Amino acid sequence: MISTKTKQTLKAVGAATAVALAMTSGAMADGHGKVKVGLITTLTGGGAALGVDIRDGFLLGVQQAGNDGIEVVVEDDQRKPDIAVQLADKMIQSENVDILTGIVWSNLALAVAPAATAQGKFYISPNAGPAQLAGKGCHKNYFNVAWQNDGPHEAAGAHAKELGFKKPFILAPNYPAGKDALTGFKRMYGGELAGELYTKLGQTDYAAELAQIRAADADGIFFFLPGGMGISFLKQYSDSGIELPVVGPAFSFDQTILGAVGEAAMGIHNTAQWSPDLDNAASKAFVESFKAEYGRIPSIYAQQAFDTANLIASAAAKADVKDMDAFRAALLEADFASTRGDFKFAPNHHPIQDFYVREVIKDGDVYTNKIIGVALEDRQDVYGVDCKM
Amino acid sequence: MTTILLIEQVLNGLQFGVMLFLMAAGLTLIFGVMGLINLAHGSLYMIGAFAAAAVAAWTGNFLLALMASLIVAAIAGAIIELTVIRRLYDRDHLDQVLATFALILIFSEATRWVFGSFPLFLNIPDALKGTIILPGGIEYSLYRLTIILIGLAVAVGLFLLISKTRVGMRIRAGENDREMIGALGVDISVLYTMVFALGAALAGLSGALVGAIQSVEVGMGEPVLILAFVVIVIGGIGSIKGALAGAILVGLTDTLGRTMLPVIFGTFMEASSATTVGSALASMLIYILMAGVLLFKPTGLFGKA
Amino acid sequence: MIRERYLNMMVLALLVLVPAYAVLMDEPFTITLATRAVIFALAGVGLNLALGQGGLVSFGHAAYFGMGGYAMGILASHAQNYEPLMEVPFVIEGTNSMPVIWLVAIVASALLALLIGALSLRTTGVYFIMVTLAFGQMFYYFTISWPAYGGEDGLSIYVRNQFPGLNTLDPIQFYGICFVLLLAVLYGVNRLNKSPFGLALNGAHQNEERALTVGINVYRLRLVAFVISGAITGLAGALFADLNRFVSPTMFSWGVSGEIMIFIILGGVARLFGPVVGAAVYIMLEHFLGGLSEYWFIYLGVILLFVVLFAKGGIIGGLSKKETRHAG
Repeated sequence: MISTKTKQTLKAVGAATAVALAMTSGAMADGHGKVKVGLITTLTGGGAALGVDIRDGFLLGVQQAGNDGIEVVVEDDQRKPDIAVQLADKMIQSENVDILTGIVWSNLALAVAPAATAQGKFYISPNAGPAQLAGKGCHKNYFNVAWQNDGPHEAAGAHAKELGFKKPFILAPNYPAGKDALTGFKRMYGGELAGELYTKLGQTDYAAELAQIRAADADGIFFFLPGGMGISFLKQYSDSGIELPVVGPAFSFDQTILGAVGEAAMGIHNTAQWSPDLDNAASKAFVESFKAEYGRIPSIYAQQAFDTANLIASAAAKADVKDMDAFRAALLEADFASTRGDFKFAPNHHPIQDFYVREVIKDGDVYTNKIIGVALEDRQDVYGVDCKM
Repeated sequence: MTTILLIEQVLNGLQFGVMLFLMAAGLTLIFGVMGLINLAHGSLYMIGAFAAAAVAAWTGNFLLALMASLIVAAIAGAIIELTVIRRLYDRDHLDQVLATFALILIFSEATRWVFGSFPLFLNIPDALKGTIILPGGIEYSLYRLTIILIGLAVAVGLFLLISKTRVGMRIRAGENDREMIGALGVDISVLYTMVFALGAALAGLSGALVGAIQSVEVGMGEPVLILAFVVIVIGGIGSIKGALAGAILVGLTDTLGRTMLPVIFGTFMEASSATTVGSALASMLIYILMAGVLLFKPTGLFGKA
Repeated sequence: MIRERYLNMMVLALLVLVPAYAVLMDEPFTITLATRAVIFALAGVGLNLALGQGGLVSFGHAAYFGMGGYAMGILASHAQNYEPLMEVPFVIEGTNSMPVIWLVAIVASALLALLIGALSLRTTGVYFIMVTLAFGQMFYYFTISWPAYGGEDGLSIYVRNQFPGLNTLDPIQFYGICFVLLLAVLYGVNRLNKSPFGLALNGAHQNEERALTVGINVYRLRLVAFVISGAITGLAGALFADLNRFVSPTMFSWGVSGEIMIFIILGGVARLFGPVVGAAVYIMLEHFLGGLSEYWFIYLGVILLFVVLFAKGGIIGGLSKKETRHAG
């Protein structure tokens, strides 16, 4: 029953996983039924690095859970919302999955999550956490294991305040997630700004913005520019002669792109719910096994997907997925050893968790992050008050 | 906005324009000589950047990396010219668009297959790092200044090549009368391969130069490609002079537009909606510019009627 | 001539039989795929009128596809939230009635095509290709950065819009709606192609000077064709939005313009059923190649390249020997 796509993925993952996933037939050890998970993520085109990490982290989590009843179908959304919706329909209508997960981008999640929950399936987000789905548009069958989108930006705002920024310059792309980022930063920073800029989505040349920053007499910079935009900005920033402290959410300082930024990212403070050096047993074991399996340090995307897989496995051990009320209650308990240590769900099914301040370091010849402090403790998003389930 | 900032933004616009010129020059040359519209030009830009990143990682030498970008892109260009492109010269533009669109798909996924999904690292050489102080106290990136100079040097070189050399004479002849040049005994297919490889090499160089300050990743070529199209449409397709003028016009419009529009709107609007409206309008500005130019000159500024 | 007609009949038969089989076998996803193919075919039929019949190579038809999509998205989201679309000077309510949405989508994309066409048709050849491309990109960036209707996030419509007397959420009924619309448009376009208007349009494509000398206003002729073409593609956009219950700026992206062109080339340029065959084959390739390899775009590229280089006339041209182009 494993789709060709999954089989092909499994080859890449290694024989051990293939065995773990292929043994889906036969009675379950704990007596519960099978769980079929549809993982839709971006495996081709520009943002493929993130999707690859989500897939790999998730499959590793499933493999280690030791639950033979969890079956995974992987599909590529090409980062196109209409393809993602189509795949969701396919997984629900012809693959009969019980749970959907895997989407990287907020705009795709906003297309898929309502489609999944409307058709009576669980959607468990391993990355995107748009405000709509945490507040008014929340749903009893929608869970987010990563963060509400504002979280890392709020943490950066809190850290900027702690660093004593008086007049930071802030910028983000001109699209909804970019606006949420600046709003989130300002919410926790609360002070005066030297300037606020929206750049074009996909923009790769920041000379004009850097000139404005230089002229603005700022004392710090906050930016949210995911993917290639962040790489471009950091390279150009380091060459601009501006020497201001920079803070940002982890997206531009993550393992998937640090290698491409290199020296330019050294020493920058960034905020996330996790870091590869986080000191707890689950995290250490995860980093070791991920390195052994794939030969690279896991990113936060891999970590979130790994936690997602473990959350699903923990619920599957307690309840039958066909009994949606029982399974939902089991998910809500979040009874698994999270790689971020403390983890629990708020009433709107979004995490209550700590956000750390990380610093980019060079470990041997690999750039990575290390934790230097805590930005926010037990942070819960602000949109939950609008959530009526 | 102070004068210094304004001058700096003009320099930024110039640098952006010069970078676009390197892309547009090849496109417009290929169109002028062979009558071919090449969507895969953005892929050659990407190939140049990846070749440079690979060689820089291997040797650590930026100059070698630049040379590699030129050579690899030229070779890739020659190969696709020999296998695919030359079958398209006497086809209509629709076939050319579709075939080169197919080449984009092939090149993008093949690059991802070889180099993986993660962006590559390519950095500015140490000698060109940092800023210098220009007359008037303007602090400007040395590397960006170098790009401006390289771009202008290439422009001059192309003018000389086309107006002074034997090859250039043939190129001009080919633009004016394709049958005639064949009748004169010039091996037209060799000339075509050379022109295509030259255009490819320029695109590759541009990719490598830009790759050092931007992200070297799959799909990096297409946004630049569309801008280069806007440039040659404004300048007049087939005209190198037009490509230079169009590139600098687009570079300046885009850079100044996105910095000044929010400020201008801010004088009569509330700050955050001024930023929103200004940024939205700025992202469309060069297309509006293009529509404006075509309204008055349907074949571009320097195009032949 | 006859063989192409046979082929067209077979295509129609398949478009009826495959979904019917899927209903029997209870495979709703096959119906979803077929619906997608039919909607893309409709968009292609729209472009084919300008591109095939009129020789106007528009690389920006995503603009009308997106416009149709947003007509649906905006009207339905207002209906969904019970907020009137505008209150001054008179109240306009949103709606979730498909026929009304279609009408708005057609009118809106026709107006947009009138504007873009009036400007773009001043240029010819490669300028026209690039100008239409640039206009498409302009709308793409506009929708991304304009916050009122979700920006890049797009708009989700939770329930599919209504059609009197039908349950549109049932895949096969929605497929039926799309299929009937495709048939109606194919019929209309076929009539149009054979009308004096269509003959003049094709004549101007074959030989512009001759058309001018016999006193045809070529610019106006082409503009009318371009507007009709945009309107049809806009209708397809509205249906596509309803299929996904979601609209986003991706519908405006140049990749979509390219895809619509691919349908036509794959199937056969200027052939009535070209886009239908092309869209169906493209959907199948996407579905099956996508299952084979992560790098399936390479195969798609090679197939496309092969069709362009060696199979002039596309699939229909390859299967039906006789050229029908100049017969009409």
